[in-house]
This record gives sequence, C-alpha cells and structure tokens, in this order.
Amino acid sequence: MGGGLYATGKKNFDKTLDLSKIKPYGDTMNDGQVQLSFTLPIRDGDKAVEVARQYVEKMGFNEPTVVYHAPLDQNFTFFVIYGRSTIEIDYNSINVEAIEGKIMSMKETNEFIKKNIKRKIVVLGATTGTDAHTVGIDAIMNPKGYMGHYGLERYEMIEAYNLGAQVLNEDFIAKAKELNADALLVSQTVTQKRVHIHNLTELVEMLEAEGIRDKILLIVGGPRITNDLAKELGYDAGFGAGKYADDVATFIAQEIYSKK
Amino acid sequence: MKMKPFKAKLNLDNSITIEARKSASKIANQMQNFIYSYTTVSVERTVCRILGIDGVNDFGVPLPNVVVNNIKKGQGLGMGAAIFIGNAMIHTNLTPQKIAEQIANKNLDLTKIPMHDLFEIKLKVDLVSKEMLEKIKITKKAREDFLAKYGDKEGPLLYVIVATGNIYEDVTQAVAAAKQGADVIAVIRTTGQSLLDYVPYGATTEGFGGTYATQENFRIMREALDNVGEELGRYIRLVNYCSGLCMPEIAIMGAFERLDFMLNDALYGILFRDINMKRTMIDQYFSRMINAYAGVVINTGEDNYLTTSDAFEEAHTVLASQFINEQFALLAGLKEEQMGLGHAFEMDPSIKNGFLYELAQAQMAKEIFPNAPLKYMPPTKFKIGNIFRAHVQDTLFNMITIMTNQKIHLLGMLTEAIHTPFMQDRALSIENAKYIFNNLENLGDEISFKPNGIIETRAKDVLTEAAELLKEIEKKGLFQAITEGIFAGIKRPIDGGKGLDGVFAKDKNYYNPIIELMKKELKMEEN
Repeated sequence: MGGGLYATGKKNFDKTLDLSKIKPYGDTMNDGQVQLSFTLPIRDGDKAVEVARQYVEKMGFNEPTVVYHAPLDQNFTFFVIYGRSTIEIDYNSINVEAIEGKIMSMKETNEFIKKNIKRKIVVLGATTGTDAHTVGIDAIMNPKGYMGHYGLERYEMIEAYNLGAQVLNEDFIAKAKELNADALLVSQTVTQKRVHIHNLTELVEMLEAEGIRDKILLIVGGPRITNDLAKELGYDAGFGAGKYADDVATFIAQEIYSKK
Repeated sequence: MKMKPFKAKLNLDNSITIEARKSASKIANQMQNFIYSYTTVSVERTVCRILGIDGVNDFGVPLPNVVVNNIKKGQGLGMGAAIFIGNAMIHTNLTPQKIAEQIANKNLDLTKIPMHDLFEIKLKVDLVSKEMLEKIKITKKAREDFLAKYGDKEGPLLYVIVATGNIYEDVTQAVAAAKQGADVIAVIRTTGQSLLDYVPYGATTEGFGGTYATQENFRIMREALDNVGEELGRYIRLVNYCSGLCMPEIAIMGAFERLDFMLNDALYGILFRDINMKRTMIDQYFSRMINAYAGVVINTGEDNYLTTSDAFEEAHTVLASQFINEQFALLAGLKEEQMGLGHAFEMDPSIKNGFLYELAQAQMAKEIFPNAPLKYMPPTKFKIGNIFRAHVQDTLFNMITIMTNQKIHLLGMLTEAIHTPFMQDRALSIENAKYIFNNLENLGDEISFKPNGIIETRAKDVLTEAAELLKEIEKKGLFQAITEGIFAGIKRPIDGGKGLDGVFAKDKNYYNPIIELMKKELKMEEN
C-alpha cells in the first residue's frame, strides 16, 4: 500500500509529452490528475461517499478518491474528489480561430487609427436586454478601465458611448443609427438558463432587418462568451474572460482598416 | 437589533462630521418640499393595497393597477386614489376589493361617481386604513416575539442570497443555508423586475438571475424560514427589494408578509436603473415610511458606486451618499437602528496596502454612524473566475467585518461572476465567515491605530472630501448634482429615465390616509 515519495513499488509513469495524447498534469506528466467538487442530493454517510466515488469513476476517472465530504442539508452532500482522467485529446486536431495578431497599446491604436483611418471611430457599448450588470461594459468603456487596461473612453481616436444596462435592442440600434456607429459592443453578464443567447441573436436579426448589419462591427463580450460562440451567433468577434479594452480596440481598428 | 459595544479610535474630527451631516440635512430637506407636492402611480397603487385591493383581472393585470389606471384616465390622480375609493364605498356600499373587481369588469368608473362629502369619505377610508395598519402592527409584534423567544445575535449577521428563479427551489436553497448558519436570506429579484410598473401576482417558478418579488412568494419563503427557524431555535430574517418602479408597493407587501430587511436606497433607482429622479424621490419617501412603520431595516446601495467607479478614488462619494441616505431616512420616520447604510469591499486587490484602506473605510463608517447596523458588501468586481483567489478575497473581507463591527454582512461567493450561487458555494462561504468571526472575534478590541498612520490619515481624507462634496451638492441641489454625474460618474437628466409619466402634482384636496396615520404614530413632525 501507499504511494508517492516512499512507494516501494515499481514506478511506471509515462513521462513523455505527446501532443496527440494530452492529459491533465498534476505533478507528473500524463498523471491525468483532476480535482472535482460537487453536490449530490443524498444523505451524507458511507453510502453517499461510495455513490460519489462510483459516479466519478463512471465519468472516466481512475482511482477516484473522496478527500472531503460534508452534509449541506439533510439530503444534500458536498464532495471534493480527486481522480486520474483516462481521457486523452489530440492537441493537433483542434482548430480554434483566435483573434489574430499582436495587441496594440492605447497609444499604438490611436496612431494606427490616425494614420490608416484618418478619423475618429465611433463605438457604442451597452448591456442589453434584461441584464442589469454594467461591470463588463464599464471595464471596457470607462476611462480607468480594468486591471490596468485603460478603457475606450480614454482613447483619443475613439468616440465611445456607454449606454449602461438594460438597454433594449431597438433603442441600441436607434442610437447606433443616430451616432453613425462603426462598432457595437454588447455585454452579457447574467446568463442564467441561456437567456443571453436569445437576446444576442435577436440583435443580429434586427440589424439585418434594418439593413445595417454589414456596415457595423458587432462584438459581444462577457465571462461566458468565446470567439467561437460569437461567430456562431452571427457576431464579428467575441471577447471572454481575460480580455480587456486594448484587445477590443485593436480588433476594431484593424477590422475597420481591412474592410476599407 | 443587538449590537456589540464599540469604541471609536480613528481620531476623526467631529466638527467635520457635524458639517457634513448639516449639509446632508439641507440637501434632503430641500428635496422634501418637492416630494410633498407630488404623488405617483405606485404611491396610489400602494394606497389601494392598504385598502385591501389585491388580485388580478382576466388579463393578469393587478387590480391596484386597474384602479389607478381608471382614476388616471378620469384625470383624478392628483386627488389620490383613497378619495375615489372612499367615495365609491359610500356610493355602492361595497368593499374596496369588490369595487376594484367592478372596475375590472367595466361596471364602474370611479371618477364618474357623484362626489360625496369629503369629510365622510375620509372617515370611511381612515377606518379601513386603521384596520390594515393594525394588521401590520401585529406582524411587527410577531417578529419581536420571535426575537424575544430565540434571542438575537450580537455579532455580524450572515446574509446570503438565493436566486434560482423558482420560489420553491429558492426555499430548498434557503433552508439549507439557514441550517449551515445563515441568519439572513435575500431572494434576489428576477433581472428586469425593477423596470416593471406593476408587481406580478402569485407564486412564480420562472425568473432569470432571480425570482419575481410577489406577495405570495414572500409568504412562501417567510413560512419556510419560520419553520426552519423553529427547528434551529433562531429567527431567520428575510430580505427583498424596495427599488425600481414599485418601491412603496413592495414595501407594503413586505410589511404584510413580515419581511425584515428591504433594499431601499434613495438614489439607486435613478443612477443604476435609469428611473426618473422625481419618480424615485417621491416613491422612496412613502416606501421608507412604510418600512419605518413595519419595523423593517432598510439596506442602502452605496456598494453599487464602487462596482461602477473606482473604490479607492470614489470612497468619499460612498460616505456622502450614506449621509444623504441617513437624512432621507430620518425624514421618512426611520430610526438609526433601522438604517443599514451600505458600503463595500471593492478595491482592486493589486493596490499596495489595499486592506488598510478598506479597514479605514469600514472603521470610519462605523464611527460616523455608530447606531446604524451597517450593511457591508463583499468583493465582486475583481472576481474574475479564479475561485481560489475569490475565496481569499472573501476571507479578507470577513476579517474587516469582525474587526470593525459591521452588522449586516453579505457573504461573498467564490463563484461570483460565474453563476448564481450553488448550494455548495454558499456553504463554503458561510464556513469561511464562521471560521474568521470565531477565530478573530476580539481582534478589533485589541488593536489601536497608529496616530497619523496610513489608516487614520486615509479616514480623515475621505471624510474631508465627503464633507466638501456635500457642501457642493447643497449649493447645487440634489437634482442638479445628479444631472452633473456626481455619483458614480452617472449623469441623469431631470426629465429623463423611466416612470416620469407616473408622476402627478397633488391637488389641494389630495388625501393619503396612510401617510397621515403613520406620521402620527411615528411621531413625525407635521409639515
């Protein structure tokens, strides 16, 4: 019995990195170590632990270990479990369309716009639909920005308008026409039961109905947004967690230039 | 609410606090003259509810809306709904509820009924109103009895939210949270409810990011919390939101169903929901008066400034707003013990000595509002999906609360910015807070701050800036200050936003029986 440092058994770990067979890394290549935590709607006890263990085994994990369990209520139990994943994935077979190119700083973007577009770019941002959260759009738009990345309102060559939260798609479009917007930024933070998807597709459909979809760069952002999802919904780009105003500004400037 | 004994130690200049309070008082009093001259559709719908009107018509429109729309159509809203309902009671000998049903069936048009003697009408509606106010008093007494029976906590109250969208699922989550140690349950409203100019009816099972605030949902949750409270031998407090376009209506529903706390900010709706400022000022007054009467503790929403603006740079706007909220609360008859003035732990975690500045802010708020059960909000803005760091951020936040005697402690969630809390998220958060509160219980009593050190200096600076800002607002007037974007950098035009079409100048014969009766009982000055 026993493992780790003092194990006397023969160690037979595969220590080579094979990109065609990628697995999670704990402390040894290809060990497949994953941590999980979840709740089961059952009473805590030995049986619950065994149910949780088998559940994780069925998920494709070897040697699942229930390291912690505690009751949350009479018939709810919380588990922390470690297991070794048996699943591998071929890194080389994955295609993700990343937003290409180097991210420009605020200064570089301003210069790029001055030199190549020769006028200010008009950008409108809003949290649309019933979502009341302005955290995302503020992070991109407010002059101070977020995590040290200045927001679009601070950019000399960008005329940025933050319409705030709970903006109806029709009001958003009306404002876009009034201000002759080059780009629309939609932020979606609250995403319970996929309500945001409907709202996002509705905006695309409405812009198409108005005949201005092609004239406007349409961008969506939010913690659950990926570029792939955005494309699928008919947007030009999507920015998820870890993306800031400079990512957005770079994309807008270069897209407008390349479409000219 | 029980509070721990507390000692001031920041060496704040009391004369600045007094000046700031004076400015805030002038700001609120200027506004109060405006408030007295107007009523709103939501105020009048609240009057309908107090007179016993409830339910919906065949199209699902709440009967208070049906009645008020009827009076509005007949150009009578400046007199107030009570006059017309009282008049119809004399004329038809029906109850207000039956009258409302007759209007819904188009058998009655309130403004077309010949007007009876005003004195008689007032007697009639006063009688019904008094009965309803008695019911509220009994409800209030029930809360006091529970607290007397179980006792109340001296330290911080652990406040968690449930937000499944389904009231029955909310109950499951709330009951589990109570068993884990939560003292306060807030049922987050469905996104968008603040912009509805009516209150939905009945039990609801569909909502996004939260659950509809309805009187039936209030009742269901209240009952569940009373039951689990009995099992645990603790009183579990229930919270909802008196904000948006229906502030006073939600307040009265909460008063009927024994809600204990209400989010009820004087400015929040204007700034963060783009509700017209006139509408909000009038509605907040009546809603707060109801909360005062029902023994509800209001929670104000200053934390929101900090999620929009920078928490370090805009700290003084939070304090200024707390002063203003305090004065509006006093004008509505709320006692200091009912003022859960809000603030938040929202500074960028990368700021050097950020914890010291947060500590300074929290300690300062407690020293300036020593009798108020301060509502302290957790970090949210800089939670970016790193649940492990988020749990550390919440730990620091918990430390500030126990060191500075914050009272209403809204627990942070490690999964903030990912999803509305899972049952396990809440449990981990409660466990964290219990650990810190127990382990550090008397740390605050053992610590004094270095004279002229970082913490003392920071508190002084924030107070000074807040006092200056209040002076400026006093000169401009609150409406103008909001127009210029003084709070959170958000500018709102005086006639912009939602709900202005629901504001009406009071006629000289305007009558609101509840305001008059409550004023007397709350021993408020006559105006």
